[in-house]
Amino acid sequence: MLVLHYVLTALCLVTVLVVVVLIIRDRAPGDAVLGLLVVIELGLVAQLVLGIVRVAGPHDGVSVATYVGYLVGSLLILPAAAFWSLSERSRGGTAVLLVGVILVPFLFLRLAEVWGTHA
Amino acid sequence: MPEPASDQRTGTGFGKVLVFVYGIFALSATGRSSVQLGTKASEAPVAYSLSAFAAVVYIVATYALATDRRRLAIAAVGIELVGVLTVGTTSVLFPQDYADATVWSDYGNGYGYVPLVLPFVGLWWLWHTRRHTRRSPSGGPSGAPPGTKDS
Repeated sequence: MLVLHYVLTALCLVTVLVVVVLIIRDRAPGDAVLGLLVVIELGLVAQLVLGIVRVAGPHDGVSVATYVGYLVGSLLILPAAAFWSLSERSRGGTAVLLVGVILVPFLFLRLAEVWGTHA
Repeated sequence: MPEPASDQRTGTGFGKVLVFVYGIFALSATGRSSVQLGTKASEAPVAYSLSAFAAVVYIVATYALATDRRRLAIAAVGIELVGVLTVGTTSVLFPQDYADATVWSDYGNGYGYVPLVLPFVGLWWLWHTRRHTRRSPSGGPSGAPPGTKDS
């Protein structure tokens, strides 16, 4: 679980850099960014599976609804960002992707917090 | 120097990002309040009702900004500003009255103070994209007279 979070956070940081360069140069994101988003999203699906397995075991007072809520919620961020970004090919549209990929690692922190405060 | 008449819709350009951030808060406040009210409503009814109220405000603000409904957006963002300042201040002064945290507790420090900054940015954006009474003949996409898209 932890290793997955480090890998995904690194991928998010790479994507942040790429997207920032695109915004500065006023270019539309291409297949490279889409590929990165798909890989991160697949990682988040893996996180959901691992998280459900984890919470199905002994979880010592951790709120299952909150934990699963964050797991499922984190899956929605990038598709929503990609969809919303595609509706406008502009710096603003690209910046939506930036907000999305910055948000994902913060959800990892929240997940760790939800698990840690009770475990 | 007067600014040129703005034809920018509230959901375009920077507004695209703003709507996305509002959408995230709409989603997270809805999720948070549903979990709280669904699993432990009696523990902190005031705090959880405030979370639900915040969720509604964020949903309305997201919808209004995305669809260029300016009056509704100003109302929702205004209520959001009053809400975060009121709940933020009272939660600092009277923490014992809040049995659990809300989105707006301590000025939204659980969310990196974004809930505190967001209404100011929202009102700035609505002011920045405000419609002027004088419009160029090429006006809006549908040539609608000023104000028809309001409310």
